[in-house]
Amino acid sequence: MIPLNWYLILSAVLFLLGVLGFFVKRNIIGLLLSVEIMLNAVNLTFVAFSSKNGQISGQVFVFFVLVVAAAEAAVGLALVIAMFRNRETLNVDRSNLLKW
Amino acid sequence: MIEAIFFLFAALAVGAAINVLVQKHVLYSALSLIVLLVSMSGLFILLEADFLAVINVIVYAGAIMVLFVFVIMLLNLPADEDGADRLRWLKFLGIPMALFLLFMILATLWNVGSETLVERQTAGTPEAIGRSLFTDYLLPFEVTSLLILIALMGAVVFAKKEL
Repeated sequence: MIPLNWYLILSAVLFLLGVLGFFVKRNIIGLLLSVEIMLNAVNLTFVAFSSKNGQISGQVFVFFVLVVAAAEAAVGLALVIAMFRNRETLNVDRSNLLKW
Repeated sequence: MIEAIFFLFAALAVGAAINVLVQKHVLYSALSLIVLLVSMSGLFILLEADFLAVINVIVYAGAIMVLFVFVIMLLNLPADEDGADRLRWLKFLGIPMALFLLFMILATLWNVGSETLVERQTAGTPEAIGRSLFTDYLLPFEVTSLLILIALMGAVVFAKKEL
């Protein structure tokens, strides 16, 4: 069988790729996709610990994470559309009206 | 054998995540994220979370990612232009910071659990998850519906013509 460590390390690597994407990407949809990667990495950790402890609670939490991800995607993409209508760009560096 | 399947899905997931980062056009990033989600479902099946594996494909890869691809195609975006970034140096600051975070997480995880996963009684069947969801987690489940309603209204308000 597979050690728990492997799942945790895979999850950490995926989470870090999401963080790196959040730093590196400048397209706002790219940032949302990076957030999705991070959420999936955390989901994997939840399921791995649920499997290790023999409890179902971790999987129920993944269910809730899924719901929050759906809500986040809906609102985030609506904001993306609003931003594109007003600014004609999706580059986060260009949306700097509130900057001094 | 199980290890080979694990490594297959792990390599697929990491490769897809890297591909999400390096693609210039965001549509290819979104399609690569679908590969990541499917391989994540494979890992869930290895962990005996059957219901979540199916839900992950149907809801995440089937609904949320279709929403992403729909918006990307609706806006008809060009590929990322490089020259416009005033904060391009942040990119080179981000990589060492992410590596540092990875180092810290791995240093913690190294000691967590090297024991192998045992065969357990409570597999993640729909029955087990539904039972838990409608007894122990009934209130969060109901609050979730409120959250979705608010997100629905917020999305409609934000995407209106005049904002």
